Amino acid sequence: MTAVNWLKRNLVVIAGLLTLAYLLLPNVVVTVFSFNQPKGRFNYEWQEFSTAAWRDPCGVSGLCGSLGISLQIAFWATVGATLLGTMIAFALVRYRFRARGAVNSLIFLPMAMPEVVMAASLLTLFLNLGAQLGFWTILIAHIMFCLSFVVTAVKARVMSMDPRLEQAAQDLYAGPLQTFLRVTLPIAAPGIAAGAMLAFALSFDDFIITNFNAGSTVTFPMFVWGSAQRGTPVQINVIGTAMFVVAVLLVLVSMAIGNRRKKHKA
Amino acid sequence: MSTLTEAPPPLAPTEPARKPPRRRGRLVPYWLLLPGILWLIVFFALPMIYQASTSVQTGSLEEGYQVTWRFATYWDALSGYYPQFLRSVLYAGSATILCLVLGYPLAYLIAFRAGRWRNLIMILVIAPFFTSFLIRTLAWKTILADGGPVVGVLNTLHVLDVTSWLGMTQGDRVLATPLAVVTGLTYNFLPFMVLPLYTSLERIDPRLHEAANDLYARPVTTFRKVTFPLSMPGVVSGTLLTFIPAAGDYVNADLLGSTDTRMVGNVIQTQFLRVLDYPTAAALSFILMAAILVMVTLYIRRSGTEDLV
Repeated sequence: MTAVNWLKRNLVVIAGLLTLAYLLLPNVVVTVFSFNQPKGRFNYEWQEFSTAAWRDPCGVSGLCGSLGISLQIAFWATVGATLLGTMIAFALVRYRFRARGAVNSLIFLPMAMPEVVMAASLLTLFLNLGAQLGFWTILIAHIMFCLSFVVTAVKARVMSMDPRLEQAAQDLYAGPLQTFLRVTLPIAAPGIAAGAMLAFALSFDDFIITNFNAGSTVTFPMFVWGSAQRGTPVQINVIGTAMFVVAVLLVLVSMAIGNRRKKHKA
Repeated sequence: MSTLTEAPPPLAPTEPARKPPRRRGRLVPYWLLLPGILWLIVFFALPMIYQASTSVQTGSLEEGYQVTWRFATYWDALSGYYPQFLRSVLYAGSATILCLVLGYPLAYLIAFRAGRWRNLIMILVIAPFFTSFLIRTLAWKTILADGGPVVGVLNTLHVLDVTSWLGMTQGDRVLATPLAVVTGLTYNFLPFMVLPLYTSLERIDPRLHEAANDLYARPVTTFRKVTFPLSMPGVVSGTLLTFIPAAGDYVNADLLGSTDTRMVGNVIQTQFLRVLDYPTAAALSFILMAAILVMVTLYIRRSGTEDLV
């Protein structure tokens, strides 16, 4: 009964691969349907093969504009959240201060709160203050919810750092600023980069908080949401597929470079 | 409450003990904390207070709202929308259990069985994130379409008979039923289950498996007595990371469901953005927040004690 034994031994692998297929199935559909030529306004049924949307990705009014707004917001939210989050992470790991518990829970709570609660409460604040909803309120909200994730990422890295390295730098007569710039920052950099990438991804793809606080500003997820009501252009699938391919290629290239460096060192 | 972070923070940082605090440097941590913490106080904590105050106001959009301490709004919100609350808990709970059942083998595969494919599978788990989740959720409309291959297979296998008997589907349809919403929720939050599970499985010393094997434990026993208990931190943070966002989600219920599958998130969204009944919306959101905080605290406490055993 070797077949049964083989199945028994590899059951977990088969189940895992099935889950992976479930995770990837929608991406396959998105890609296939980026070559569709739908009849009517919605792109849910396969009609015939066409590369029309790929040749004209900005052919739908408002689509590329919303993409631009999303990229801008994601960029500034990343800058803001990374800066503020890194400062908090250093304070938490390197210093003793009062109210540490309160600070920790203030950082933990936004991650443990459903987005819709944060979105709704932030909207009540903006309404009460009479703030004009738009680019700036979205940016404020995005920095707020990205901040905690950056703190977590940077903290993990700084915590695993050997404090003796900085002492060594000081023993070699490096000033505090020099020590920070030449020793501390380079070592913490991977953590900061990880936090920044996470912030960018979270901000770029955020819908719920943006939906509440955007006013009439349309980000890319807002555009997709609107199109689900009015009719989904094929170009949405083109953009989705392109982002997927570019991201995977970037990761593969960076991994290849990393491997080559490792081999050089060895 | 640090279960969501990757590693538990050590109780005291190693630094200050060796370094006598200089007077000049004493304010440094406060300056470092100030901008970020101020941001969180003004745009996270303060809004919660505004929301609490809004929930006990009465009035109308035209005449303005005043705090009248009308707690009946809470009662009205609960009695009017308890089906949506129940649905949120039920759908999010089902999705969380499904995520655990589906995600565990995948995390296990990456941690122990993938070998040189590990990095590639890891990339494939994370890569879908780069396509906007709304686009991917819309793809489920195609996958589950009426008369499509998925529905066809489920129909031939008589799965749909069972699910419609359970009230999860209606007739030959999957789209616009609870099953579609749970499928979408499970799909959307599955990576949040797989990644923490993988992190805690990967930390397990493989020699423990060998030891269990040497002591004549069968694979099932090894899993039950060694692997699973050691992966509990991942199970706890994974279930929290899936349940919390799923309970507040309204995207899946809106895109894949119908008016009969509305969750509490849908109600909050409509009340806030379309009906403009701010007190009711604020009360609903406050109840959701309180319910989740209570559940999370109880859950962490319970699993925390189990962890120690």
